[in-house]
Amino acid sequence: MRPWSFRSPILGLVLAAVLALPAAAQGVLRIGMTASDIPLTTGQADNGGEGMRFMGYTAYDALINWDLGSADKASELTPGLATAWKTDPDDTRKWIFTLREGVTFHDGSPFDADAVVWNLDKLLKNDSPQFDPRQSAQGRTRIPSVASYRAVDPKTVEIVTKTPDATFPFQIAWILMSSPANWEKQGRSWDAVAKAPSGTGPWKITTFVPRERAELTPNKAYWDKARVPKLDKLVLIPLPEANARVAALRSGQVDWIEAPAPDALASLKAAGFRIVTNLYPHNWTWHLSRVEGSPWNDIRVRKAANLAVDREGLKEFLGGLAVPAEGFMTPGHPWFGTPAFKVKYDPEQAKVLLKEAGYGPNKPVTTKILISASGSGQMQPLPMNEFIQQNLAEVGIKVDFEVVEWNTLINIWRAGAKSESARGATGMNYSYLIQDPFTAFIRHAQCNLAPPNGTNWGSYCDPEMDKLFDQVRTTFDPAAQTAVLRKIHEKFVDDALFLMVTHDVNPRAMSPKVKGFVQAQSWFQNFSSISMDK
Amino acid sequence: MLSFVLKRVAYAAPVALGVSLVCFLLVHLAPGDPLSAILPVDATAEMQAQMRAAYGFDKPLPVQYGLWLWKVLHGDLGTSIATGRPVAAEVGRAVTNSLILAAVATLIGFTFGTFFGFVAGYARDSWLDRLASAVAVFGVSVPHYWLGIVLVIVFSATLGWLPPTGAGPQGSGDWWPDAEHLRYLVLPAITMSVIPMGVISRTVRALVGDILHQDFVQALRAKGLSEFGVFRHVVKNAAPTAIAIMGLQLGYLLGGSILIETVFAWPGTGFLLNAAIFQRDLPLLQGTILVLAMFFVTLNLLVDVVQTALDPRIQRA
Repeated sequence: MRPWSFRSPILGLVLAAVLALPAAAQGVLRIGMTASDIPLTTGQADNGGEGMRFMGYTAYDALINWDLGSADKASELTPGLATAWKTDPDDTRKWIFTLREGVTFHDGSPFDADAVVWNLDKLLKNDSPQFDPRQSAQGRTRIPSVASYRAVDPKTVEIVTKTPDATFPFQIAWILMSSPANWEKQGRSWDAVAKAPSGTGPWKITTFVPRERAELTPNKAYWDKARVPKLDKLVLIPLPEANARVAALRSGQVDWIEAPAPDALASLKAAGFRIVTNLYPHNWTWHLSRVEGSPWNDIRVRKAANLAVDREGLKEFLGGLAVPAEGFMTPGHPWFGTPAFKVKYDPEQAKVLLKEAGYGPNKPVTTKILISASGSGQMQPLPMNEFIQQNLAEVGIKVDFEVVEWNTLINIWRAGAKSESARGATGMNYSYLIQDPFTAFIRHAQCNLAPPNGTNWGSYCDPEMDKLFDQVRTTFDPAAQTAVLRKIHEKFVDDALFLMVTHDVNPRAMSPKVKGFVQAQSWFQNFSSISMDK
Repeated sequence: MLSFVLKRVAYAAPVALGVSLVCFLLVHLAPGDPLSAILPVDATAEMQAQMRAAYGFDKPLPVQYGLWLWKVLHGDLGTSIATGRPVAAEVGRAVTNSLILAAVATLIGFTFGTFFGFVAGYARDSWLDRLASAVAVFGVSVPHYWLGIVLVIVFSATLGWLPPTGAGPQGSGDWWPDAEHLRYLVLPAITMSVIPMGVISRTVRALVGDILHQDFVQALRAKGLSEFGVFRHVVKNAAPTAIAIMGLQLGYLLGGSILIETVFAWPGTGFLLNAAIFQRDLPLLQGTILVLAMFFVTLNLLVDVVQTALDPRIQRA
């Protein structure tokens, strides 16, 4: 009996471990991204929203994060590495952030106020040793309001904005915190950090093979216990070609693909794959020029165009993967409000409006629109634009397109409708992220943000709208701020500022083995709740 | 022979310089901003200017070319704008992967192409000739992108026999010739092999037909040489041209396989070029094109040397 009395506790432990294995092992999730490379792993990710989704908010946190736990409502800001933030009552330019206690980076070093200052220097202070032009290029314009910052004490950071700016929490939610100690450990080289990165997020980047694969494993010590990942591993694979992504999913090489080719959806569904979609803050639109001579300076023409588009038909054309626009924000969004102008399909009313504006069958409105053949968030620009061209022709708006390469379109967008590079176009097709007040409204419509000072491409300027922007910046109470944003959206729609066409639904196809995914109404997603069926 | 090789190398040097200039200019003359991949969409003019200066794009083109060439001559192909990684390392890895794929595809293509070519050449105007010719025409004319997708649909998506994308299983590291990695090679290599197969088959058919009608073959047969012996002479006479074609095909496959490598997400030069074009990553694009062009120049040189070694008449001509 003696040997047993010695061995039984060990045997018991082994047995317990073996029995516990099935519960602990939640599998590996392999995702085929649309990016052609692994997004920057050092903190401030590139590759737009997809980069932040997979390589940003997975391995890193911001002071303020996005709440990604619900599929039923638009995502809102939630405490991240800061537990609270407020402005100084005597000077609303001063923001005080109270940092979370006990947070450590993946490399074990503590997160504190000095780390926040170090990270802001990384993006904003060109002569700081840790300044990284690549991350700066991604992060700097996200925080245009920042004037200065300092560590008040190890758990308090003060950030001062150039002018009072109540939209600042949305801005700072873009800025991700990487570990200063790790940067030192990697010989002060960001290239070395890219291979061995360290954030505070729910996932640790453990393997990184450029252009091929990144592997992330759970950070079991993550400060938000509800978001400690269930999976054993998350594998990210760049698969830029839509058909290759579908093939990879069908053959079981990956379990999840972003943006499946629309014509493959029916066969994927028939083969038992799930297509997951949800509303998300994205608007596929024609940004209209308000430069002198543009036909879009007449509100009747703008409204007529908005009434001429058969959005339901377009949705059908896109295999149901679209939400017809009723405004600039998605229907039901807290900022939607109650615009008086109803964005709908009413070609007869469109013809009446055009007639009032002095146009008719013998004198059509003529416009030249710049479009791209592809591009991030552009959905299927060529057939979609041709569909709209046909719709508009039916009411008396003659559209000529000039197709330019996506990056060229971005440069024309930066340069503005007045610049020569716009080639005399009076509109451009562009898809916009509409997740925060600045990117959704202000950058497109504030008078002093017309190029070269900003990206108000069409040089739209309305003192009333500017007054509302000032209000949103000086309204620090969230509920009151939402009320102002509603007014902005109502004016946006009532003035028919853009040709508002449709919202993408960010489709992703996945194996039925993928369990527990909740698609947030956001460009970003939470992967912690996911597990894999055996 | 040595003087011939030296002369050929001397000819290759100005060609290489010309190629470097052309690939530098082509990339710079293309529309779009090279920094758009890393600049945020609403980057200020100040930031754009700052980044342009940091990457040297603010200098006049001749100065940029000079600086680039100087670095290239020292083995530095620059740094990728999109990733910040050294271009030489990126291209080196991609070239290795593409060489593996191109070599296997060429081997398959050369084997089957030569076989079909000989069959068609020996059995001219018979049904065998027509069949072999049909296969060759298919190989040359079929859209390879489409063929790749069809093979993926059949063998990966439907039958589930072979993986459709990548160069190896997850976490396996660099390419290694084991059974698992070879599975990943099958579909892209077959898709790619139809190109050299078609070209080589057509060439060999013409060569064989031509050689069989030459006087020396009649003389060999009249002397009573066995048909196998005659065959050996035919092979010997057809080999220099066939090898030249194969060498060029290898070069084409190495650089001209963007679509196939993209369909199969094969991490080679085609895939890299696609990414570089997509991201408008000038240093990466220039580095990749330059390496491919240099590969062509070297390959041409090698083909000339091997051809001459096999058939000294070429040197005399």
